[in-house]
Amino acid sequence: MNFELDEEQIMLKTSARDFLEKECPKKHVRAMMEDERGYSPELWKKIADLGWLGLTFPEEYGGADFSFLDLVVLLDECGRALLPAPIISTVVMAGHPILVAGTEEQKKQFLPKIASGELILTLAFIEASGSIEASDVTVTARPSGNNFIITGIKLFVPDAHIADYLLCVTRTSDGVNKEDGITLFLVDKKTEGVQITPLKTMTGEKLCEVVFNNVSVPKQNILGKLNQGWPVMQRVLVEATVAECAWMTGGARWVMETSIDYAKNRIAFDRPIGSFQAISHKLSNMAVEVEGATSIIYYAAWTIMQNDPEMTLAASMAKSWCGETYKHATFDGVQIHGGIGYTWDHDMHLYLKRAKACEVTFGDSDYHREKVARLLKI
Amino acid sequence: MAEMRQRRSRLGPQGAQGGPGPEGESEEAQQFTRWWHKKLFDAGYVGIAWPKEYGGRGATIMEQVIFNEEMAKHHAPTGVGGLGIGWAGPTIMAAGSEEQKKRFLPKILSGEEVWCQAFSEPEAGSDLANCQTKAVEDGDDYVINGQKVWTTGGMRADWAILLAKTELNPEVPKHRTFSYFLMDMHLPGVTVRPLREMTGAAAFGETFIDNVRIPKNLMVGQKNGGWYISMGTLEFERSNSSSAIQYLSTITNIIELSHKIKRNGQPVSQDPMVRQKIAQFYIEANVGKYIGLRALTRQLRGQTPGPESSVGSLLTMELGQRIEDFVMYLEGPYSQLVRGSKYAIDGGNWQRSFLASRGRTIMTGTSEIKRNIIAQRTLGLPRYVA
Repeated sequence: MNFELDEEQIMLKTSARDFLEKECPKKHVRAMMEDERGYSPELWKKIADLGWLGLTFPEEYGGADFSFLDLVVLLDECGRALLPAPIISTVVMAGHPILVAGTEEQKKQFLPKIASGELILTLAFIEASGSIEASDVTVTARPSGNNFIITGIKLFVPDAHIADYLLCVTRTSDGVNKEDGITLFLVDKKTEGVQITPLKTMTGEKLCEVVFNNVSVPKQNILGKLNQGWPVMQRVLVEATVAECAWMTGGARWVMETSIDYAKNRIAFDRPIGSFQAISHKLSNMAVEVEGATSIIYYAAWTIMQNDPEMTLAASMAKSWCGETYKHATFDGVQIHGGIGYTWDHDMHLYLKRAKACEVTFGDSDYHREKVARLLKI
Repeated sequence: MAEMRQRRSRLGPQGAQGGPGPEGESEEAQQFTRWWHKKLFDAGYVGIAWPKEYGGRGATIMEQVIFNEEMAKHHAPTGVGGLGIGWAGPTIMAAGSEEQKKRFLPKILSGEEVWCQAFSEPEAGSDLANCQTKAVEDGDDYVINGQKVWTTGGMRADWAILLAKTELNPEVPKHRTFSYFLMDMHLPGVTVRPLREMTGAAAFGETFIDNVRIPKNLMVGQKNGGWYISMGTLEFERSNSSSAIQYLSTITNIIELSHKIKRNGQPVSQDPMVRQKIAQFYIEANVGKYIGLRALTRQLRGQTPGPESSVGSLLTMELGQRIEDFVMYLEGPYSQLVRGSKYAIDGGNWQRSFLASRGRTIMTGTSEIKRNIIAQRTLGLPRYVA
């Protein structure tokens, strides 16, 4: 096992950074915050042409057969650029579950079109409780002939307004064990009764309310098995959590590098402020957290690549660490920049807001520490 | 391993289970360490990364790390002279003469000669370049005068690695005024006075050097080039991953302890705050472990150490301190009871390791100095100039 990137991964990283610096400057990020769609279809097409969207899919489905660690390398760069595009929702939250649990037909139907950029997908999972536990899934799907009727409200669904399909997590049976009776459905957004309302967010990211009003879905659209959707979801959550961590680590590193630059160049009291220990020690602490984040996401990605049962523990360790790393970095980043860091014009707040959003996505640090505690049988 | 545990059990209940604390400075503990060193040496497990020509196994860095980690997992103590094997030996290998290598390396490995380090002085701790101990040429010798402090194991050491000033011109930059010597601690004029630390033990001492004559052939490297050799020595520190792994096994002990200690009729392990803390330690130790392994991967590929190598040691040493402090909290009023007391938990060893942990952020460079080093060398921030 290697714990550091190999040459090909470094090449992937460098080319992704070059591409994003050119195609996704902060001007674009800010424009998309205000944009109704929140992403640029032209840029999405370019990303698809680069092979990013099918990176981890097998070649037979239009993919490049790269590893999950390669995807993490890429998402790290996307997070650094704050790329406004539905890449985690389409690829990790919907594409990967189709790859893991889909029928041959479903894989053929969706994966090549995800890879080519023709289809956008997302996961409709969280509800009013805000929880990511099976017990809090209350949107129901009840059988009706060859169809199921989905009823209920999903919240915080990323990119639903631009998605073609929603992977909807439903309750199909209600027993003592709440992890039983979960079923995943691939729902065509155009189906009657699906109503999507984007919510106004601090980051400008598009999170939506999705109302399922007696939405009729054919049973062939079940992903995986009836009532046995939770194990698939557990895997999705592990992968999405690690993907999110990669995104966060990239952002935190941008904040660190930008703050170091500022501390070297900003003169106060006749010297660069970075020569004051009050500033330089903040940055050293930031370096410990950011290098730690990089190290733990590589490890977590490796467990996923290897199908190692430790992936659940690794993902929770990573999320707990990265959640705090990103937040601390942006808080200190703003502080080091002083007044200018507090302004709308400086980019620091884009990262600070994103850090706060990422912190609560797929479980916050406390949630994941408790999960680690349970896995360690404390 | 079984015999090691059995012997160790005589050192107290926690010794038998394997515990986080140092073994102490008692004669009995020293005897145990020497016995254990011989066992390791006979089995070829001392200095396994040393080249074969110097009596090692020529193990790869990865093999060395696996070995260190196995030792750490089993709470196996190190042998005598960690300083000789980890610091003096590699320095002599890297910068010493053939004669020095032949004379010193085999006995470092076998543990026949124990080494200490005489760098710091009363006026030169973090500011090491302020050392005042002088070495003046006289015929075939250098005559050394000065005082060193924090000489770990100085009372038992046979030899010391010593930093002394050979250039007294104040115009010369300080870093070009030192030479690196190998000093026989049994020479007349060398006096070591034990310094008692807050644990009550005296692991290190003050070393007084009064007109001590060191033959010129015991200088390592070039005259006035000692500073750079001593900085190189610092890089021989053990990989971060093994101390992180040691903490992981300490955490296993803490989890057991949290099941045993009850509050309000419940094991404290049920307390959400306790669970959060222990989980956080576990996460941090793993982060430390993977930072260390990332640094190691780079090293194995022949790449220069990246930022991860300097941040790893800062993280793990401060983590160790937080862990020890937390155990005191867990024990509640029992945390006051030390070795030999009725009711002391795990033989009172946690108390000792808690106190010892307070030195961890001072000894091999304070946390503050480490933060300066990260800021200046890794992040490229400017030095403070008054």
